Amino acid sequence: MPYEKILTRNVGVPGSTSLKAYQAAGGYEGARKALAMKPDELVELVKKANLRGRGGAGFPAGVKWSFLPPNRDVTYLCVNADESEPPTFCNRVLMESDPHMLLEGILIAGYATRTTIAYIYMRGEFTEQFHIMQRAVDEAYAAGYFGRNVLGSGYDIECYIHRGAGAYVCGEETGLIESLEGKRGWPRIKPPFPAVEGLFRKPTVVNNVETLACLPHILTRGVDWWLALGPKGSHGTKMYCVSGPVKRPGCYEAPLGISTRELIYGPDFGGGMRDGMKVKACSPGGLSMGFLRGDLFPKNPSADKLDLAQDYDELDCKLDFDDTRRYGLLGLGTAAAVVVGEDTDIRDVLVNVARFYAHESCGQCTQCREGTGWMYKIAQRIRAGAGRRYDLDLLAEITTNMGMMPGLSICGLPDGAAWPIRTLVQRFRREFERHIDAQAPGAVEQAIRRVNPAAYELPIVQGRAVAPERGSMSYEHEWSNAAGT
Amino acid sequence: MSWQAVDRTRVPEEQLGPGLSEAVKEKIRAFFSRYPTKQAAVLPALHIAQDALGYVSLRAMKELAELLEIPPSKVMDVVTFYTHFWTHPKGRKTLLLCRSISCELLGAGKLKDAIRQRLGIGEHETTPDGEYSFMTEECLAACDHAPCLMVNEKMHKCVRPEDLERILADADNDRLDIPRSDLFDAP
Repeated sequence: MPYEKILTRNVGVPGSTSLKAYQAAGGYEGARKALAMKPDELVELVKKANLRGRGGAGFPAGVKWSFLPPNRDVTYLCVNADESEPPTFCNRVLMESDPHMLLEGILIAGYATRTTIAYIYMRGEFTEQFHIMQRAVDEAYAAGYFGRNVLGSGYDIECYIHRGAGAYVCGEETGLIESLEGKRGWPRIKPPFPAVEGLFRKPTVVNNVETLACLPHILTRGVDWWLALGPKGSHGTKMYCVSGPVKRPGCYEAPLGISTRELIYGPDFGGGMRDGMKVKACSPGGLSMGFLRGDLFPKNPSADKLDLAQDYDELDCKLDFDDTRRYGLLGLGTAAAVVVGEDTDIRDVLVNVARFYAHESCGQCTQCREGTGWMYKIAQRIRAGAGRRYDLDLLAEITTNMGMMPGLSICGLPDGAAWPIRTLVQRFRREFERHIDAQAPGAVEQAIRRVNPAAYELPIVQGRAVAPERGSMSYEHEWSNAAGT
Repeated sequence: MSWQAVDRTRVPEEQLGPGLSEAVKEKIRAFFSRYPTKQAAVLPALHIAQDALGYVSLRAMKELAELLEIPPSKVMDVVTFYTHFWTHPKGRKTLLLCRSISCELLGAGKLKDAIRQRLGIGEHETTPDGEYSFMTEECLAACDHAPCLMVNEKMHKCVRPEDLERILADADNDRLDIPRSDLFDAP
């Protein structure tokens, strides 16, 4: 391995989940160091380390903590372990192999924010992981790392695991809070931000599992060591996930800023494609961040000048918080790459992506609820061989008119829904058009008539059944009688 | 599609389904101390109720509402929002197939066809002997083992259609290899 394993050092190590094994490797030293400091010093330290949240938005954790109001009795810490973004699984790997690393991170973050109760919101499908984590929590309580007067410091913290029940939107921080309160996971309108008024209307911090797992290492090895990792502005290591038809799908750790090509082809990462396939598309940051063109396309002849309008290979996109934006992606996201091989029809990818968001939209904001369902219908129709060229323009239009960026939605889910579909349409438009042009003549009319038999009598203009013109034969037959004249 | 239209305002007493036993209620009460409000315990309560009854019956929703001191509509609100909870009886084991992108790229569609053909049931349906129910779910966060199939709590990894017979023949196909916590029952 050219990169040191920090978060993933225990992946695949038998017996690594027990407290004994964790303590033998120097576990809970960071927490001891932290408890010897003042909470505010700890916040400053994490701010200095510029630990950016690993959950997707990349917001600095220390800054988030400093938004808490200074005078407060009760503070809640919610640990976001509702990992539902396809194809992300780094939190699962982390909790499976090193539950105590997360618990130590919770203790440190809890002390820095003067948390009274920490809730680990774990998605319902994490069953094995729940039992591992619960066992670890029990062990930690028995050893005095949670409960009253932690390690003789006079600090009290409780830690509970709360199991979700299968809802993508509960990974959004306010959706998670609502779900924890025992309601449906409908995100809240911000402000007030959770730091001011969150869970049970008290100041609340919501942090991702991986963010918290970085904390023990920052404390034991120092901020300077942390700042030396990765490029400027994106410090530290990241757990990259790679899945799809690659030779070694899995979770690999590296400093931020490796390229997508390295993640797919590097011998320490994905190890190349199966059966010598080429990459058609790759979504390098989780589904919501959008798709890049793969090496099926020719290389950009002027390597230093980015040209997204041309069909060039884009796998040189570096996976950090800034370079992903240059390539027109929404951000780094969860740094989970899914690779689409050249044998896959891009229309299938579009349908799958559209279905995911149509299913997971919580239904609160109209343009997300209706827009995602609409895009799913369009995607299905294109796949069924009844697409229209201007469906692609329609998809582009829908995607620009939903979400937080035009300022229409409560949470970021519609942005995440729009981005992969928009980038798929932008980058693979020529392939979609090829499929649409190859359709049998009259396919659109047939598809419409299958849905609505009444349309048999109506002329179809631009793929839409329209009312006939007055004076035509079908008008006299159908419409004059219907009107009762 | 197994959707049943129920007029929930006038359901006869005998159609409300099974209720919660005192032991189950006691288990739910143990969660109250974790949260400042009783309503917050609704998700763990529903998990426990579903594990005990196999699904969340209308009677269970009513009883939970009484226990948590909230209107029954709020319990139903939560039950119908989350995909994990069933409002009609399910089989002893639930086959949960991932249908998200990584699994589908590696053949979840074929596996779904194989399951439906082998068991003769569609989504959200149960085999006549009451052994298996089947549903698909969005990403199960095991994309490195795609395509993945869960049998109750147990995750089966890299399942190809030809592995299906072996998994179904194994009576212990839902048993975990690790010690379980007794906070929740095995479904």
